[in-house]
Amino acid sequence: MLTKRIIPCLDVDKGRVVKGKKFTNIQDVADPVELAQRYNEAGADELVFYDITASNEDRDIFVDVVEQVAAEIAIPFTVGGGIRTVEDIHSVLRAGADKVSINSAAVQQPGLIEEAAKKFGKQCIVLSIDAKQTEDGRWAVYIHGGRKQTALNAVDWAKQGEALGAGELVLNAINTDGEKNGYDLDLMHAVAQAVNIPIVASGGAGKMEHFSQVLQPTYADAALAASVFHYGEIPIPALKAYLATQGITVRPIPH
Amino acid sequence: MISIIDYGAGNTKSLQFALNKMGVDSHITTDKTIIEKSNAIILPGVGAFQDAMHALDTQNLTSFIKQEAATGKPLLGICLGMQLFYESSEEDGETKGFGFLTGKVKKIPNDVKVPHMGWNNLHKYRNSSLCKQITDEAFVYFVHSYAATDVDTNTLVASTAYGMRIPAIVQQNNIIGMQFHPEKSGATGLQLLANFKEMIA
Repeated sequence: MLTKRIIPCLDVDKGRVVKGKKFTNIQDVADPVELAQRYNEAGADELVFYDITASNEDRDIFVDVVEQVAAEIAIPFTVGGGIRTVEDIHSVLRAGADKVSINSAAVQQPGLIEEAAKKFGKQCIVLSIDAKQTEDGRWAVYIHGGRKQTALNAVDWAKQGEALGAGELVLNAINTDGEKNGYDLDLMHAVAQAVNIPIVASGGAGKMEHFSQVLQPTYADAALAASVFHYGEIPIPALKAYLATQGITVRPIPH
Repeated sequence: MISIIDYGAGNTKSLQFALNKMGVDSHITTDKTIIEKSNAIILPGVGAFQDAMHALDTQNLTSFIKQEAATGKPLLGICLGMQLFYESSEEDGETKGFGFLTGKVKKIPNDVKVPHMGWNNLHKYRNSSLCKQITDEAFVYFVHSYAATDVDTNTLVASTAYGMRIPAIVQQNNIIGMQFHPEKSGATGLQLLANFKEMIA
């Protein structure tokens, strides 16, 4: 049986994993390769590396990190952040990434998803959507790290992304992100009803119960989190043991 | 030495890294003299069926790989690489494959989410040296939208379930297919690659 996936997200700045950009006091957390290895041993099903650097020079450091990670760990990982062109996608895939996550560039240039899916296969193109609930109960799509609102509705954009060739969606709820009060279940549900590709829930994990809620059949296929894993608040082996008791199928921790 | 056939874009680096870990020398190549000298050939798996066959045809590799396979050289197809071993695929319109194995590649029915993405368990059909030290129901990482159908059950080593029975490991003499990514399937995947290595003369 296909299992639900647990995915730690690592923000990388100048070759180091740092605390997420939503959090203040950005500080050095760990070496990406070491942390990736630790998560691999703990039973993480996949990893996401997010490049939060801005300059091109630092981008080369990031691609080196991707290659080092691919050399060391034998589980799949997605790379995102600053992906703008087919060449950007090619360079991280060539370095050993399995999937590439595209956010702002897809909104500005939807043809990028289509072109990339044709060239590299749908399975490696992930559409990442930052969504914020509006007063009328819908979800507006934001770009540029949640700073700029667009005219797009998240459910419609998810459907369009699927039609363009995205093989997976990451739904990051801006309202719940960093609050540790649980994932935005309504957003996951609304999008899950509209598409037939896997959904990764992001934003809001604080307790183990939040994972079991969002991994119910009508919501998400995978749950992504950062700080609860980086700071050891929720150890992955304990989380997986808990999910199993809640009737959620997870991959056992490798021996 | 193993030749990893380079037929376009995608993550072939991870496969090479996995082989490195086992001390196996490999080349990502389309060079026939290198392929001919190698002890085994791997067709990796990223991209679309039609593009992949087209890329192989353009470089005159289709008939060359067939000749190599006829000598009994172990040939491992991973994900799309395995699909290419069948008679045909319906991806992007009917396209002919190598035809090493009986069966047709079809889209996974839409009553489950497509692509089939994530860790799923292997049900063993028969004992094979390929499954040495692999526990029953071991988990491996799948990511694909198409799968082999109408296969010869004698070739089935292991399958998985996702909306249908999906052939996961198949073998017919020196022709071996893995629908999942062994290079991304943790310790289980590395063991499967090590078992493949054992077959190489």
